[in-house]
Amino acid sequence: MSLLEFDNVTLRFGGVTAIDRLSFSVEEGEVFAIVGPNGAGKSTAFNLISRLYDPAEGRITFDGTDLLARGPDAVAKLGIARTFQNIELFEQATVLENLLVGRHRFGAPSLLSELLFLPSLRRSERVHREAVERAIDFLNLQPYRHSRISSLAYGVRKVVELARAVAMEPRLIMLDEPSSGLSPEETQDLVFWVQDMRDHLGMTVIMVEHDMHLVSTVSDRVLALADGRQLALGTPPEVQSHPKVIEAYLGADEDAAA
Amino acid sequence: MRIHFRTSYDRDIDLFDGPGQRILYALFLCALVAMPVLLGPYLLGELTSLLIWAMAGLGLMLLVGQTGQISLGHAAFMALGAYAVVLLEDRAGLPFLVAFPLAGLICAGAGILLALPTMKLRGIYLAIATMAVAIMFEDILLLFPGLTGGAAGVFAPTITILGVEIDRYVSPGRFYWLVLLCTVLATLGYRNLLRSPRGRAFAAIRDSQVSASAMGIRVARYRAMAFGISTFVTGLAGALMAHFTGIVSFETFTIITSIMLLMQIVVGGLGSIHGAFIGAAVIVLLPQVVSAARSGVTDMLGLGSIAIPGLDSALFGACMILFILFEPRGIYGIWLKVYTWIDLLPLYRRDTFKRQTSYAKSERVH
Repeated sequence: MSLLEFDNVTLRFGGVTAIDRLSFSVEEGEVFAIVGPNGAGKSTAFNLISRLYDPAEGRITFDGTDLLARGPDAVAKLGIARTFQNIELFEQATVLENLLVGRHRFGAPSLLSELLFLPSLRRSERVHREAVERAIDFLNLQPYRHSRISSLAYGVRKVVELARAVAMEPRLIMLDEPSSGLSPEETQDLVFWVQDMRDHLGMTVIMVEHDMHLVSTVSDRVLALADGRQLALGTPPEVQSHPKVIEAYLGADEDAAA
Repeated sequence: MRIHFRTSYDRDIDLFDGPGQRILYALFLCALVAMPVLLGPYLLGELTSLLIWAMAGLGLMLLVGQTGQISLGHAAFMALGAYAVVLLEDRAGLPFLVAFPLAGLICAGAGILLALPTMKLRGIYLAIATMAVAIMFEDILLLFPGLTGGAAGVFAPTITILGVEIDRYVSPGRFYWLVLLCTVLATLGYRNLLRSPRGRAFAAIRDSQVSASAMGIRVARYRAMAFGISTFVTGLAGALMAHFTGIVSFETFTIITSIMLLMQIVVGGLGSIHGAFIGAAVIVLLPQVVSAARSGVTDMLGLGSIAIPGLDSALFGACMILFILFEPRGIYGIWLKVYTWIDLLPLYRRDTFKRQTSYAKSERVH
């Protein structure tokens, strides 16, 4: 059984069909990239998994669980983490606090134990802090631990958001354009991080990405979308050389053959 | 310049940052406990009222500063707490120790009830909705004269705890200690909440709801919870205020009170505990300063005594506008800058705070 399955999913906004009978599945332990021109429905697919939108038809299952029967908060509890295209961090909180919010999915203590700050709460706080520190070490965020997000540069915020998703210790991590706005050096770091997430942290990775070099370096399979429909699905070289993909990116190829 | 060097996770979890801070706050608490011996009845009364306002402000701070939801209806919850405690004592004959927490719970329930229909509202829309409910509440009080005493209001009985009589006029020291105890407990609870998962979840909802729900936070539930805790604390402050003023009527807590409360936490410093206390000091002391200044000016010009109605409100309003424009983090924010300057001496740079864009996030309308 696949970890994540889209089965004939259709999403409409009024008269616009954003996702059109889309079916694909992501296997446990793979890096799966979604590419396509602007407006192809890549981020929309993520938002469907996050349960921000309700599809008109179709099924989405995660490890056999019907995601459409759950609310947006339950998605995180099942072990799905994500980043956002336009960075959605908690601006007025510190890096540490942001990452600790990522631990919320492991259950909240009772109100009484929080008001009194009972010893059991201190113990669980230490455990969560340790997990957060692992994410900080993994992504080299040590210098920023106590910085407010609003005081950080764009590139750092991007990494903090990634760290918050990693701190959730998810089974599936969804990265929405992780390399946008990053320098070539930072993008190179990202290559290693994505590989380590799969190989050492045991996560399955889905990413929406425009940087084809990054995509072909790290991903096992690529799904190409255009106008909410599947154009091609396969290994990076297969998808890159697929005639429909070339047409979608470069236009009709009557002259391109020359 | 101080060096912050942490060697264990507990340093970040602990209530106080190091033994120095612990001693400082302990001394401060001792000074507060000793106040009835040091101050005369008038100043002690002012200090008692300051603490009650600080507690009411703490309640609102949790909602506005922490969870990013503006309420202009918190005076109604002070009124509800005040009526509830008096009626429970007077009509139901309950002792203060039972009536007081019960009044808080009634306010918490009412707060959650208010949160449910306003769940989708944010920013200015939520402020208007809560304001409407508060204005309605003033009229509802007049609709049931049998219960609320109509326009005349109700009288608060003398508090008796374990045989000890506590009366604002007969034993102002005891009443002050009772208020101090409640305020300290509320402050500790607030502080504990802030360093707990729930406090972080509240802040998460304030800054990005979509991201909070992607972390597994049930936004609607936590918003209602924030409302409940907030109105619980503010309601308790109202109950104390009932015993402080001795009489509660529909005019005790009005829409002006709600606006004052909001101003209190904005001027004091949104999102900080210190802010609630500093703001309370401002709203208790400012009228005194104004009247002193006014009599000084009129004496100097030989104008005799002239009344300028609305001067206080105008000054409050001006204060609030100036702070929102120039120092969104309030008086506590100014203090933080001074403190950081001293702390970092001689390394402070002029642009240390340049990047902060800390306008109340609650104003962001999605």
